[in-house]
Amino acid sequence: MSRKGLEQPLGRRLWHFPGGIKLRHWKKLSISDAIEDAGMPEVLTLPLDQRQRVLPGSQPGPLPELAVTPGQRVARYQRLTASTPGSTAHLHAPTSGTIEFAPNERALRLVPDGRHEGTPLPPMPDWPAAAAETLRERIYEAGVVGLGGALFPTRGKLTQPARILIINGAECEPYISCDEMLMRCEPEPLLKGALILGQILGAEQIVVAIEDQMGKVLQILAGAVAALDAESRISVIKVPTIYPEGGENQLIQVLTGLEVPSGGLPIDIGIVMQNVATAAACYDAVAKGLPLVSRVVSVTGRGIRSPGNFRALLGTPFAFLIDRAGGYRQPVSRLLVGGPMMGQAVADDAVPTTKATNCVLALTEADTKARAPELPCIRCGECQRVCPAQLLPQQLLWHIQDENWPAVRQHHLADCIECGCCAYVCPSQIPLVDYYRQGKAQLRDIHDRDQEAARSQARHQTRDEKQAAQDDAATRNPSDAVADAVAPARTKRQHHD
Amino acid sequence: MKFEVPAAAPHVPAPVSVQGVMFKVLLALVPGVAAYVFFFGPAILVQIAVATACASGFEALMLKARGQPLKPFLSDLSAPVTAVLFSLCLPPLLPWWATVTGMAFAIVVAKHLYGGLGFNVFNPAMVGYAVVLVAFPLEATLWLAPAELAAESLSFGAQLKAILSGALPPPVTWDAVTQATPLDMIRTGSTQDIMISEIRESSLFGDFGGYGWEWIANFYALGGLWLIYKRVMSWHAPVAVIATVVLLTFPVWLTDPDTHPFPLQHVFSGGLVLGAFFVATDPVSGATSPRGRLLFGIGVGLLTLVIRRWGGYPDGFAFAILLMNMAVPLIDRVTIPRAFGHARREPPEL
Repeated sequence: MSRKGLEQPLGRRLWHFPGGIKLRHWKKLSISDAIEDAGMPEVLTLPLDQRQRVLPGSQPGPLPELAVTPGQRVARYQRLTASTPGSTAHLHAPTSGTIEFAPNERALRLVPDGRHEGTPLPPMPDWPAAAAETLRERIYEAGVVGLGGALFPTRGKLTQPARILIINGAECEPYISCDEMLMRCEPEPLLKGALILGQILGAEQIVVAIEDQMGKVLQILAGAVAALDAESRISVIKVPTIYPEGGENQLIQVLTGLEVPSGGLPIDIGIVMQNVATAAACYDAVAKGLPLVSRVVSVTGRGIRSPGNFRALLGTPFAFLIDRAGGYRQPVSRLLVGGPMMGQAVADDAVPTTKATNCVLALTEADTKARAPELPCIRCGECQRVCPAQLLPQQLLWHIQDENWPAVRQHHLADCIECGCCAYVCPSQIPLVDYYRQGKAQLRDIHDRDQEAARSQARHQTRDEKQAAQDDAATRNPSDAVADAVAPARTKRQHHD
Repeated sequence: MKFEVPAAAPHVPAPVSVQGVMFKVLLALVPGVAAYVFFFGPAILVQIAVATACASGFEALMLKARGQPLKPFLSDLSAPVTAVLFSLCLPPLLPWWATVTGMAFAIVVAKHLYGGLGFNVFNPAMVGYAVVLVAFPLEATLWLAPAELAAESLSFGAQLKAILSGALPPPVTWDAVTQATPLDMIRTGSTQDIMISEIRESSLFGDFGGYGWEWIANFYALGGLWLIYKRVMSWHAPVAVIATVVLLTFPVWLTDPDTHPFPLQHVFSGGLVLGAFFVATDPVSGATSPRGRLLFGIGVGLLTLVIRRWGGYPDGFAFAILLMNMAVPLIDRVTIPRAFGHARREPPEL
């Protein structure tokens, strides 16, 4: 594969990603002059696993070990976790107060004492001179994760050097405007965060990608870059607003013309991408010593009286934020975390804000009502035209319904990014993404079963060999002749398996 | 406050429907049908009415028999599309019972016995037409001469009566109102060693295809291009069909223009343009991927020419479509496109 995009400064030309759709933006609803402070709710609920999206069929992951006990008083910024398994990150107290366990024990409850006091980590104002390792550890210590929604611990993306750092400000989903508001209102921290991340990665070029519909954001960012005297290091690039442009693979393709290999990561082609809010959180963690205890949340939709963006403490219930936004305006048919294309519906507005909550979206009946009855697939192929992963969604549906798993694999279900474009253009109104999620869960099950079978076969084989060795050691008897005769056949069968 | 948690994302419904797609297809056929009426009189409208009524009736019966809900399926307009495409293949004075028989096979057998909307292996309209061609060979050749050229012209009442009773008002004979199609004439002519240029001297020929027919074809093409522009269908199959026909006939015609028809005459004769834009693009019975659709179209073009040249029927389009419908599972298996992030295409697995 040619590395065409990497030979010149990015932004000189843009590429296209396959498929995608133009969606009505709905962002003006929640864009205003300032990010408002959401304030302090009566109680904060802190899920220990901050990832809100749990795949159907998957088990909830292991939880971090706690550093606090029920009834303990904690200070603001105090770390609540002792160690973190796998893809979870440290969690800190957003305010001072008393710890309780939530009823299901997968979350902590924190009752604020109203004083909102505590000591951050020691600030590192001289970060430009700091070693990469020191910065990485600080980012880990502050519990910074990818705030675009993936919640992947940020340190994990900073362990290998990269030539290009892309700061993703192209939040392509309709309604969500938290990243745009951050760039409008607080450009400096996120640009400094970008410099910190670039320094850790040793990046030759830092690109902040924004959408061409974001109006003044380009000027604001360009002005802030000039004020930082960082024009030689950071370039701000406008990309066309096509959903799902903000997807990691899609944005990389638009900026560089390169495809992230299937099953691989951007770092495999020398690129790291971070969300704008993540960059800002890194700056706070490093320069100010502030752990990640709050985030900007868009509270929006036609079901909200006065939509806006709020800086909310982690653990703030949605209902509290919705009250801050004037409450519900008309009967709300669906309440979502995230955008309309990939967001997750919640059953209750008592759900707390987590590091993953970029948007609380209240949709009305007029937004969600089906326009036509669900019918069988007529194979019109519109889904395949809009699929950014270049799959054949209609064939995937067919084979999943048929439970033909080898064919499902052959049609690369694993490469589906669940962007929802296919379902949005389906004249038969088929909930395609639903089928793909279930199909993926099935494939994982089959994979697990195969692995288990392989392990038990291996165990069996070892036992057989041991047995054979013991038999050999014993006095040779006529049955050996039989064993010798059978052995080749057995070996052959194992090969066949 | 509690909310119901419905199906997963996306949470905004698709702003499109099957009914909308089918309606656009019907709309795209209007110019062609109008031209048809202009050149050949309103009999074709009777065929369309009879076929549509039958299609809806059979559709309702089969839905009931299969325990399917009537309303969503009857209002999806897929049966009327089948009926109109089927009618446009028929000679306008075809007796009504032949139309009913064809439609019965199209809707009952080709569509519902294979599983209904979205599951038919064969294009229902072409199955219906093939049944008429094979079962009623005599009636299937009652092609009207263009109104201006016919020895006797029939009033709408007389045309209606002919369709319903099979009889013409005396003393008009079938010979006076019907005519061999241009493809028939070329076919018979070539067996008698008559040169194409002589055959084409007949007033039944226009600039390219048959007089009148070529204009109807132009309007079909116009409707088809509009559908491509509206993204109701892709360009691959129609372009492949027409390009194959032109590219294969051009060198042959160059070698001996006296015995081989001019490429554009092939394109504008018979059901080729209608079929290329409206039948080869049938997504249900056609190939899936863009490359698959190209292969499908090439196959249809090639088989049409083979049947026209060597087969037992003057126009082979319907049979070419049905044969290629059979090849679709194979085409789909070998044309899985390269997915994002994969270095190359999936190797064909046969």
